[in-house]
Amino acid sequence: MSQRDSTVNTLLTATILCVVCSLVVSVAAVGLKGKQEENKMLDRQKNILDAAGLSIGEFGKPASELSREQIDELYAWVSEELVDLQTGEFVTDMDTAAYDPREAAEKADSSVEIGETPYDPGVGRREKVAKVYFVKKPGTNQFQQVVLPVYGKGLWSTLYGYLALKNDLETIQGLTFYQHAETPGLGGEVDNPAWKAQWEDQKLYNENGEPAAMVYKGTAPEGNPYAVDGLSGATITSRGVTNLLRYWASEDGYGPFLSQLKNSTSETSGS
Amino acid sequence: MAAQTTKSVIVDPLVDNNPIALQILGICSALAVTTKMETSIVMAIAVIAVTAFSNLAVSAIRAYIPSSIRIIVQMTVIASLVIVVDQVLKAYLFDISKQLSVFVGLIITNCIVMGRAEGFAMKNGPWLSFWDGIGNGLGYGLVLLFVAFFRELLGSGTLMGFVILPLDRNGGWYNPNNLMLLPPSAFFLIGFLIWLIRAYKPEQIEES
Repeated sequence: MSQRDSTVNTLLTATILCVVCSLVVSVAAVGLKGKQEENKMLDRQKNILDAAGLSIGEFGKPASELSREQIDELYAWVSEELVDLQTGEFVTDMDTAAYDPREAAEKADSSVEIGETPYDPGVGRREKVAKVYFVKKPGTNQFQQVVLPVYGKGLWSTLYGYLALKNDLETIQGLTFYQHAETPGLGGEVDNPAWKAQWEDQKLYNENGEPAAMVYKGTAPEGNPYAVDGLSGATITSRGVTNLLRYWASEDGYGPFLSQLKNSTSETSGS
Repeated sequence: MAAQTTKSVIVDPLVDNNPIALQILGICSALAVTTKMETSIVMAIAVIAVTAFSNLAVSAIRAYIPSSIRIIVQMTVIASLVIVVDQVLKAYLFDISKQLSVFVGLIITNCIVMGRAEGFAMKNGPWLSFWDGIGNGLGYGLVLLFVAFFRELLGSGTLMGFVILPLDRNGGWYNPNNLMLLPPSAFFLIGFLIWLIRAYKPEQIEES
């Protein structure tokens, strides 16, 4: 009894326990890392496919129900590009595949503070260089869609999602959120397929080129090209979605990139 | 309590000595993860695994644990197991682990796990302790499923993700009860469950 409770034995037990436990934890973490990274990547790809509506369009079901091969097949349509948000120009001297915009947004030297802006996304900082996705059907030389990562604060959490624009760069193809912690059934209804379907063919900008897309409070008026129905019981989440959409559409977000892209596509097509 | 057998340590915690309904332990996660059946089942399995293996490990080394640091030793064992469970979920059940988010990690603070390690595994053999962990995990899981059944059915009109009551916002007739989606509804449901159990087993009623 006294031997078990001696100082030496206490220290010894504690040491052995710590070593054994840390070994178990490290083995689990390292051994499963590959699988987890793969899951994360697959999850991101599925969300991009969903935002762009490719999965429904090609296979008639959401990306979460596709097999691995089908996702690989569809994702071959997507190419990743890096964009300097301030100038709107493509960044070519960075490793596109390895660049993680969410990590960049957290580091001081690769992000900027979101200062005064008419549409506050509520997140404080954003990355300097964003990763955007072009969707191009194999065999064609004109992209059909561009998918832009967007994020901003809802009620409880930051909503992370993808906004897919048609090739006129003004009309929305789809909007999906892949990560949030809003109340299920209220703000969590941002995941409801019926609600998400309303975004298709809505306009992101008004005639003056200002960001205008919004979540309406209540049922959106018939024929309004900018508004979708509000989420009932989720005023703050709805407002958050409006703000984050408008922020990322504005000159502080993807505005410079989209106008440059618009110029270059109209030049090449000669219209 | 009379001599405990493998059967009694598994069956007792289900109704007679349910960790949530009688001992009122582990309420926090019972409120948080029960909006859906699917997440509740995964959470229940995670808690069963952690309780069973932490009981087994603590019981196996109970003769060597110095009493001055026994709580810390138990915590270390439990915390390590929870991290392992969390990693496994992230690797093999990615979608559900995303929904469970921090609550898997919070199994560490679930009083049931610690309570069984200190209250049972420190005094009994590894085999019996292992089954005691399974039994208590099951008792916890049963309450979770009871609560989740009503919350998912009345709050979202679905069970296990299948539509039972078509919602009005999707073109059906059922106007969901939004309270069921918020944590306080689990309090009411657990209250009703305790009432039911105690009406059936009056010996559980505490002397006032």
